[in-house]
Amino acid sequence: MFAFIFKRILYAIPIALAVAAVCFSLVHLAPGDPLTAVIPADAPAEVVAAIKQAYGMDRPLVVQFGAWVQRALQGDLGLSVATGRPVMGDIALALGNTLLLAVAAAVIGFGGGIVLGTLAAFFNGRWIDKLATAIAITGVSVPHYWLGLVLVIVFSVQLDWLPSMGAGADGSGEWRWDWAHLQYLVLPAVTMCFIPMGIVTRTVRATVAEILNAEFVSALRARGLGALAITRHVAKNAAPTVLSVMGLQFGYLLGGSILVETVFSWPGTGFLLNTAIFQRDIPLLQGIILVLAMFFVALNLLVDVVQTLLDPRIKRS
Amino acid sequence: MTNASSTTAAAAAAQATVVAPLRSRGYWATVWLRLRRDKVSMGCAGLLLGLMLMALLAPWLAPHDPAQGVMSQRLAPIGTPGHWLGTDELGRDMLSRLMHGGRMSLVMGLLPVFIAFVVGTGLGVVAGFFGGWLNSVIMRTTDVFFAFPAVLLAIAISGALGAGFANAIISLTLVFIPPIARVAESITTSVRNLDFVDAARATGAGAFTLIRVHVLGNVLGPVFIYATSLVSVCMILAAGLSFLGLGVKPPVPEWGLMLNTLRQSIYLQPWVSVLPGLMIFITSLCFNLLSDGLRSAMDIKR
Repeated sequence: MFAFIFKRILYAIPIALAVAAVCFSLVHLAPGDPLTAVIPADAPAEVVAAIKQAYGMDRPLVVQFGAWVQRALQGDLGLSVATGRPVMGDIALALGNTLLLAVAAAVIGFGGGIVLGTLAAFFNGRWIDKLATAIAITGVSVPHYWLGLVLVIVFSVQLDWLPSMGAGADGSGEWRWDWAHLQYLVLPAVTMCFIPMGIVTRTVRATVAEILNAEFVSALRARGLGALAITRHVAKNAAPTVLSVMGLQFGYLLGGSILVETVFSWPGTGFLLNTAIFQRDIPLLQGIILVLAMFFVALNLLVDVVQTLLDPRIKRS
Repeated sequence: MTNASSTTAAAAAAQATVVAPLRSRGYWATVWLRLRRDKVSMGCAGLLLGLMLMALLAPWLAPHDPAQGVMSQRLAPIGTPGHWLGTDELGRDMLSRLMHGGRMSLVMGLLPVFIAFVVGTGLGVVAGFFGGWLNSVIMRTTDVFFAFPAVLLAIAISGALGAGFANAIISLTLVFIPPIARVAESITTSVRNLDFVDAARATGAGAFTLIRVHVLGNVLGPVFIYATSLVSVCMILAAGLSFLGLGVKPPVPEWGLMLNTLRQSIYLQPWVSVLPGLMIFITSLCFNLLSDGLRSAMDIKR
């Protein structure tokens, strides 16, 4: 088991490097010179060369990549082409907001999904099962950015209960745990929770239904165990599968929040990424994607390790 | 006692006579029969067919020109005579634009999955069948793509390439190739060493024949089901790219882009503004339900 965990951790290193290479090569996917945003069209050749040297773009690609990775490891992701500020500071601020939103959405989505899925499995074929199935399929089918707009129309425009944009009343961007700030979190978090809720509901329903059919559950029932004790046994057996799905979904919440953040002008990484794309700010774009992808790699690793610890029978190549 | 056992025997015999013609019908005919009995799937299939026809015949069916707006009739509400579904922020007829918009949205939802199905199955079958270093190269590359959340990858590639229809198709295709390749590879690996493949190899069948007859015959079905389940994801992602301004460019009617431009009007005409998103939702829901129905129809184990 520990050999597997060790191997899994080792395997994450080449993956992380390859991910960094993909992020780095995004610059070269872009049409035109990545520095067109800062170099005036009529700049003389020596000015262009000087700017290129300042951004380190006059050296061979492999050297550039090596230097980029080395600096990234030290927390330096370069300067934003648009603002001239270090990219890392902006990303760190935005990442905090994205994490806040993702955690809120995960709490609602995972909680709802576990409850609905378990109820659906226990009451197989009854109305609550049908309701859970309907919610699950709606959750994975609804375009979440559209759902966000509908929620804004209902709760902000029509009822005027909740704010529709931003993350704070004063615009300072500083987060505090009071209702004046929390109310900004409600609509985006509810919007984002639907996809993980749908998927977790499906997974829990299928897993729990399978376990309930297992012989050992019949044996427990025959021995006279109550519903609560049986639920505990089922939960223990369902945990590895459900946890791995939830881990993956949490990663998707972090990386997939761009559309919802754009709808609600939530000052997170997605919103920043949108800005980077439209200002053609390649260092910022690279930086955000690298940070989010690294989070995802780490999360996948964590899920695999936790899963192995929970269920030592799992031995994958 | 004897009576009871004879009735069970009779029941078994009756069951056997019911089962026998089912078997002789062949796999795909059985799947079709099972699918036809599934009311939800057939309803969704009908609705999707209707949507496709509507999109295909939009130039002849649409009551107005989708690009021609009347500025004095901007943002008319739903139910306005002459504009049943209202008008958008430039006074263009919503019904006509929704019909025309379906063309782009459906193409952007289906085309990337189709290309990824062909390419991904090819890569997965080659990796699974030949194994060795070829497998390592292909599968480790897909592992790298799996290290990105799908939405982020699509937006990153689209963002780097720039807005446009072709770039959106490229980025979405790249997102869907790795998962399809992974499914195809795992099924191929499990099929490759089965006895009937060994038998065919012993009779002198070459790699090409083995793949074409034995491997593809077993791989295409499950991979196809998996691919159909990706169509709704692709529709939502494609419209999402347009919603961010990374898909098709403005004068073209497309549901995601329409949702984006109408976003400014949610305070003036909220229910007209949400119509394009409703179309995306209905289409993606139908694809999901149909894919689920297809999966259970093709799952003939019992």
